[in-house]
Amino acid sequence: MSASAEQNRSLNFDDALLEIKNVTLRFGGLTAVSELSMKVPRGSIVGLIGPNGAGKTTVFNVVTGFYKPTDGIVEFDGKKLTGLKPHKVCEAGLARTFQNIRLFYNETVLENVMIGAYVRQKGAWWQNIIPFTFPGAAKEEKDIESASLNLLARLGLDSQADAVSSSLPYGAQRRLEIARALATRPKFLLLDEPAAGMNPQESQELLEFIRRLRDEFDLTILLIEHDMKVVMGVCEYIWVLDRGALIAEGSPEVIKASPKVIEAYLGKEGLVAGASEEAANA
Amino acid sequence: MKIRNSILTFLAVAALGYFLWWASLNLDRYMLRIINLIAINAILGLSLNLIYGMAGMFSLGHAGFMAVGAYVSALLIITSDQKVKMWILEPIAPWLMNLHTSFVVSLILAGLAAAFVGWLISLPVLRLGGDYLGIATLGFSEIIRILIVNLTPITNGSLGLKGIPAHTDLWMSYGCLLVALFFMIRLMKSNFGNVLRAVRDDEIAARTMGIDTFRVRVLAFTLGCFGGGVGGALMGNLITTIDPKMFMITQTYSLLMIVVVGGLGSITGSILGSVLVTTMLEWLRFVENPINFGSIQIPGIPGMRMVIFSVLLIAIIIFRREGIMGTREFSWNWFFRKGGVGR
Ligand SMILES: Nc1ncnc2c1ncn2[C@@H]1O[C@H](COP(=O)(O)OP(=O)(O)O)[C@@H](O)[C@H]1O
Ligand SMILES: [Mg+2]
Repeated sequence: MSASAEQNRSLNFDDALLEIKNVTLRFGGLTAVSELSMKVPRGSIVGLIGPNGAGKTTVFNVVTGFYKPTDGIVEFDGKKLTGLKPHKVCEAGLARTFQNIRLFYNETVLENVMIGAYVRQKGAWWQNIIPFTFPGAAKEEKDIESASLNLLARLGLDSQADAVSSSLPYGAQRRLEIARALATRPKFLLLDEPAAGMNPQESQELLEFIRRLRDEFDLTILLIEHDMKVVMGVCEYIWVLDRGALIAEGSPEVIKASPKVIEAYLGKEGLVAGASEEAANA
Repeated sequence: MKIRNSILTFLAVAALGYFLWWASLNLDRYMLRIINLIAINAILGLSLNLIYGMAGMFSLGHAGFMAVGAYVSALLIITSDQKVKMWILEPIAPWLMNLHTSFVVSLILAGLAAAFVGWLISLPVLRLGGDYLGIATLGFSEIIRILIVNLTPITNGSLGLKGIPAHTDLWMSYGCLLVALFFMIRLMKSNFGNVLRAVRDDEIAARTMGIDTFRVRVLAFTLGCFGGGVGGALMGNLITTIDPKMFMITQTYSLLMIVVVGGLGSITGSILGSVLVTTMLEWLRFVENPINFGSIQIPGIPGMRMVIFSVLLIAIIIFRREGIMGTREFSWNWFFRKGGVGR
């Protein structure tokens, strides 16, 4: 499947799964996000890009309930998300990964995924402590285990199910973080720089992987990247942030041609200078 | 494999039972008390480990919850005759006079009362976040103690309670320990056990995964306090007298030693820690007595035990942070693999 074929899919902005309405967030005197509005069409893969410190991660933190916006609201599937605690946001169907991977490093790969599945677990904690009395809860827990193993198999991690997560190589840790997010059964997946620290070949594989995720798990995906190649290759629509403000949005072609973007993002160091940014990020 | 392990566990329990039977017939009262204390301290260590080791909340309040349990149980099993005689400073509250239950019921109520107090305290304290937890729980535990000193009509104040029926025998204390172990192992093996560790290891990631970390912490804290209350009640019924001085910070400190020596987050560790720390605490009593070297007499220094203990704790923190077990657990599979690591 070629990138351009992907981009020809028409996007229906009237059917937005996530809508950010005029969000502003100030940290004291610093305006990290300024009057940002975005509509993410259901079923799309879209990107949020911008130089380091532009406010991309802050947008994720607002959407997932870690920061309360100074102004504006976020809606998910037509319902207000702003004001919900992070765990409620997850319950509503949003899952995310972190720019710096945050696994449960003392737990095994399988346990990491099972922890992700807990949010959908119905049996109460005490039902699994008392033996024989609650077969339903016991069966549910068994099912969670096998579903988690199944999920790991789909992401190619099943052979490491019993390994402690900290022992995985970097790329596998990234995939495990995604697997854990998927275990919460989200409708919407936010990926914060999924290609960070990957070489070009790995990034290429990641693109395929992200597309597969969207199709197989019926997801809408918003990803943050500063590696332009990754974004252009997979995203159907892109927003560009610079110092908290939206400076451009549109299809990859539009973004590539936008003088503002070239100036703010690429112009400074040129297209090839992505490498130096990567070094600064490492 | 599973059947083998079940059989081995059964045999181990039977062996313990045989040992207890033998001990109750052959050992003197002093030895029996120490063996009882090992079980009680193990229960207390496990409950503190649930709070501190498994859920990552540094609590210095355990002595307070023990006190709640010990008093509730004692007040429920002392007869009204005894009560009339004991309250000499102020008369006993009338409603308390004829309150009476069996020992086992009093144990459960002791746990519930401590859990309730712990729950109440945890609501404001756990909102503070990690850094203040130790100080805040220490403060609350001291408040509980001072309340006990001053609520004379209910607690007999600083005189304490005497003549508590000695219900705690080996069967009772080890029975309770086995029950505690059983539930603790099942808890930590369930997915909720994974969630507890997740909250401890990375709060932000846990919240992102839809876990209400506040609720999970409150729950773990409350459960730990239940254990503290039951342990306190068993302790009261073993020693047969309780007074507010028993539940000072040094008591919490001993439990902390058990948990840290054994390994934070390890059930096996708390058991081993209890055996070690309990026997050492007894053994170290000699340093508090006068010692004679021929004609030279070294006077006993009260509190010297705790000094030595503190030095040991510091040594452990410096040289072996993870304690004996780290976060590992004993398992039969590990036992047969020998040298392998069981989780
Ligand atoms: N919790 C915070 N408190 C204060 N400033 C913050 C906080 N989080 C982010 N910022 C600031 O907001 C700006 C945007 O940060 P961030 O969203 O992480 O950028 P990006 O992800 O685009 O690289 C930066 O200047 C950063 O220092
Ligand atoms: Mg960022």
